[in-house]
Amino acid sequence: MLKDITLGQFFPGDTLVHRLDPRTKLLLVTVFIVALFTAAGWMGYGLCVLAFAGCTALSKIRLRAFFKGLKPMIFIIVLTALLNLFYTRGTPILPGWIITWEGIGRAVKMVLRILLLVMGTFLLTYTTSPMALTDGLELLLNPLKKLRLPIHEMTLMMSMALRFIPTLIEETDRIMSAQRARGADFETGGLVRRAKALLPILVPLIVSSFNRAYDLATAMESRCYHGGEGRSRMKQLKLAGIDLAALAVGAAFLALAFILKKYGV
Amino acid sequence: MSTVIQFENVHFKYPEDTRESLNGLNLEIREGSFTAVLGRNGSGKSTLAKHMNGILVPTEGRVLVAGIDTADEDRLLDLRRQVGLVFQNPDNQIVANVVEDDVAFAPENLGLPPAEIRRRVDGALQLVGMYELRLHAPHLLSGGQKQRVAIAGVLAMGPRVLVLDEPTAMLDPQGRREVLTTVTRLCREQGMTVVLVTHHMDECVGADRLLVLDRGQIALDGTPAEIFSQVERMRALGLDVPETTQLLYELRQEGLDVPLDALDVDSCAGAIAAALKR
Repeated sequence: MLKDITLGQFFPGDTLVHRLDPRTKLLLVTVFIVALFTAAGWMGYGLCVLAFAGCTALSKIRLRAFFKGLKPMIFIIVLTALLNLFYTRGTPILPGWIITWEGIGRAVKMVLRILLLVMGTFLLTYTTSPMALTDGLELLLNPLKKLRLPIHEMTLMMSMALRFIPTLIEETDRIMSAQRARGADFETGGLVRRAKALLPILVPLIVSSFNRAYDLATAMESRCYHGGEGRSRMKQLKLAGIDLAALAVGAAFLALAFILKKYGV
Repeated sequence: MSTVIQFENVHFKYPEDTRESLNGLNLEIREGSFTAVLGRNGSGKSTLAKHMNGILVPTEGRVLVAGIDTADEDRLLDLRRQVGLVFQNPDNQIVANVVEDDVAFAPENLGLPPAEIRRRVDGALQLVGMYELRLHAPHLLSGGQKQRVAIAGVLAMGPRVLVLDEPTAMLDPQGRREVLTTVTRLCREQGMTVVLVTHHMDECVGADRLLVLDRGQIALDGTPAEIFSQVERMRALGLDVPETTQLLYELRQEGLDVPLDALDVDSCAGAIAAALKR
């Protein structure tokens, strides 16, 4: 069960999408999300689907990987579809029915929007290593440091969190086995019972996380960590020709999305 | 050989404790030497290690590292880069998702230029024999490999002293051997000053000098052979002696005239054979 977590999962590869600078990819995903929320008519949505399909094809990531990541979202997607389907006024598809043509249209658009939103960000995390991602984020947000926002600290926390996911999963497995060996039962019973059964896992997990955090802080200090000031990097990010080209395509895509919006198609 | 670390009448008490963890400790560590520190739980050996790079600062007395007072906050970075500290749990000291990025952490903190960081990272990984695995994810490595990455992580600072606080306590026998061989080689071939805190007797055998800590003070100080031959004294301090010494000790009790200072298996066997021939 715990092995199924796809959050932040990275599939190494050497495609055009993998080679793009993380900053470029972050910007392109932002552009994609803006376009997605601009889209009003079918042409607008079609454009977004095309863009996503194109990038996915270039990245050689299999569609199955996306479906796996979408599983936890099924409930929200179905709920959105049903609400839009039943609560949109307009022309009924058959006289006397609640379901309207407008409702079907809106339901499809909303589901598309959620799907593309989630899958678009998946494409980013699937093709970018967590380290590159946090590095890119820090560099992109760098100007905000002038406003005294703790950008370095925030991105460092993010990369630490990602680093410790496998460690904490291992630890959870260990604690669960230990509790099982003493007769704990995590699989049967109602929701409340199962939630209660999780408590003896969470308490030791949290306690040990605090110990880990303390050890980690000492180890970081021992390795001369003193905040982001005066830090350098071994791997320098450089914007290459393909990044500029990709950004140009992204800009054109956004412009097209706005034009389609203006004409309402 | 010059002194690289000097403890002058060091007292230390944790705020929550009533008893002092270090109780007027004096110590000099020579450059290039291999010093092992033994002691039962609560004897102050971890506290001693944490004093060597200013993680802890004495409540009384002072610690000098290469002439720098560890209480001098203005020179803290200078101090930390001289003394690399490796801890017990390898998982809790690895900060990055890729081996080489983790090793780069310390030199990045020092603000070195990228080419220099790359050189140090590759060099440190080669020294601990982890260069081939530099692109691996740390959580997929074995305990011994993780601990070697942690050692590379501090070596990349270019320290003069390597202090290890029970680095093998969480490892299997294979991992323990890997770490111990690496540390010994760093001392003997690279001239690195090593301080190894441990509770495994057999890890002290190869050291130049062995310190036994008891209640925050140095109870015994000498070569491993000198110290382990004091079997009763070691027992009184709550410690065992290596199996070889134990065997020789029992033979002596039975009236066989063997020396107690033959530590490794070969010289132990030789000593017994010689005594039997007589």
